[in-house]
Amino acid sequence: MHELSVTQSLVDMVLEEAEKREVKKVTKVTVVIGELTGLESESIKFYFDILSENTVAEGAELTFKIIKAQFKCRQCGTIFERSNFTFNCPVCGGVGVLVNKGKEFYIESIEVE
Amino acid sequence: MEEIVIIRDVLEANNNVAHENKAIKDERNILMVNLIGSPGAGKTTFILRAIENLKVPCAVIEGDVTSDIDARKMAERNIPVVQINTGGSCHLNAGSVNKALKALSFDDGIVFIENVGNLICPSAFELGEDFKLAMANVPEGDDKPYKYPALFTKAKAVVLNKIDMLSFFEFNKKFFYDGIRALNPDAPIFEVSARTGEGFGEFAKWLEEEYHKFRQDK
Repeated sequence: MHELSVTQSLVDMVLEEAEKREVKKVTKVTVVIGELTGLESESIKFYFDILSENTVAEGAELTFKIIKAQFKCRQCGTIFERSNFTFNCPVCGGVGVLVNKGKEFYIESIEVE
Repeated sequence: MEEIVIIRDVLEANNNVAHENKAIKDERNILMVNLIGSPGAGKTTFILRAIENLKVPCAVIEGDVTSDIDARKMAERNIPVVQINTGGSCHLNAGSVNKALKALSFDDGIVFIENVGNLICPSAFELGEDFKLAMANVPEGDDKPYKYPALFTKAKAVVLNKIDMLSFFEFNKKFFYDGIRALNPDAPIFEVSARTGEGFGEFAKWLEEEYHKFRQDK
């Protein structure tokens, strides 16, 4: 639900970067989202199309790079992604601990004309 | 066509105000706690009970979509309180807390921010707090760390409320603890009942220690 306010920040930032460079049109925006941010890319896309209307970013293609949260097994050291309702290691069943990945949320690049 | 690499945190604007809030509350010797839990988790009752048990002066910033029901409960007990109505938004942001902090006449103590009841959105927005306190409760189930990992990852401590309801629900404590330990190995977990007062001695002792550490470190 908080996608509306974060998408407003995203659009503001894209427009600011576009203005700095005096571009006429933004054609593509690439955003990196970590799984742990809880942000849903479909909603961001939905709001982006509305919020960018009548700006240089109108019609820009929004692409996402999703970064999965990763866990490291305390017993065997395997790095793994979680499955539903468990944070345990798929190799040995040991308890996993979160490694610092999955909290990202930033604009990586824009394509302009 | 030209590709421009940007690399900019989308929440930068909010984070800048959060830094300002941190400076304001540090200047006023306030330890600020951002309490996050679902609607009906018992956040208001928890804050009231915690304040009863704490030897440090306390104030509250109440966040709600609408209404001042919670703020009135605080004011009835002469607890300094400022209400934020988000007007539909599902979380507090740094800007609204900035206004509330400026409106709150209170220094030298602990400020509880009662965030909007929600386990998802509030965990994404820094408010300038010293730390987040995550609240789960027995009736809502033992799977919350697995379903809402962001909150439990970012919290400094976890409160499990409504512990007096344990015999009425199938709540697997080991499953709950395992989930939190995977996300946040060092967070203390406090089992409490805001209704009966159980567990608040230990929680108050921990929070008082955090407050004294904060004052000493300054």
